[in-house]
Amino acid sequence: MDLVQMQKSLQDYTKSLFLEGILDSQFLQLQQLQDESNPDFVSQVVTLFFQDSDRILNDLSLSLDQQVVDFKKVDPHVHQLKGSSSSIGAQRVKNACVVFRSFCEQQNVEACHRCLQQVKQEYYLVKNRLETLFKLEQQIVASGGMIPAVELGF
Amino acid sequence: MATKSTGGTEKTKSTEVKKKLNVLIVDDDPLNRRLHEMIIKTIGGISQTAKNGEEAVILHRGGASFDLILMDKEMPERDGVSTTKKLREMKVTSMIVGVTSLADQEEERKAFMEAGLNHCLEKPLTKAKILPLINHLVGA
Repeated sequence: MDLVQMQKSLQDYTKSLFLEGILDSQFLQLQQLQDESNPDFVSQVVTLFFQDSDRILNDLSLSLDQQVVDFKKVDPHVHQLKGSSSSIGAQRVKNACVVFRSFCEQQNVEACHRCLQQVKQEYYLVKNRLETLFKLEQQIVASGGMIPAVELGF
Repeated sequence: MATKSTGGTEKTKSTEVKKKLNVLIVDDDPLNRRLHEMIIKTIGGISQTAKNGEEAVILHRGGASFDLILMDKEMPERDGVSTTKKLREMKVTSMIVGVTSLADQEEERKAFMEAGLNHCLEKPLTKAKILPLINHLVGA
């Protein structure tokens, strides 16, 4: 694939993430903050999100597996995940966390288990898609090209 | 005339001292700290971070001062409300901007404002949200 094709693929791929609602405009904000003096800013922030989220999801699994679920421990974790997903523009993860929190408030253990699965699903989806995005960017840079700006046009 | 750079200040040819905005970012989330650092950097400011309110109080006790403090609400050790109250008791006159979540209730936001905030902004923070406050500070 030549450079122009790679750049077009990246643009189309990035657009699809927005069209599917996986990312929202906050991700664009991150990209706009990246510059020559901080060329890896977006991947640094996203890496922090992945590290945070892996830990939180593990803690949530443990907390919800207890015989007596302590929602005072569960809710802050979900709140934190909601915050960090919102900060990077991981819209579907954020939305899944909003639903999760409402069931935490109701102390509905069964529903919380279902919510956790949904959050995990959305998280692994955005993680997978962002890792692919960064690989495409790296390929372009390795070929001597520039990362094109994405124009969403909607 | 040669220019001299000392920390966050520069002396230019005119008598006016150009001062970079000095910001304290108080947030327990490393992701948010990084994001807010970058926002401040792109608008020409310099920043320092604190992982929670207690660290922020300790910094001020040590003599640090800032033009602007971005204060997260929910933090371990000492939360944003308690930290804001404490800093105002310590006669800190910096602009303190609270950073809240959409999920925060109106009463919680009100209590945060009454603790001594100048403004409250909702997460996630963006350049567009912070810039009007910075312009107000710089213009003041």
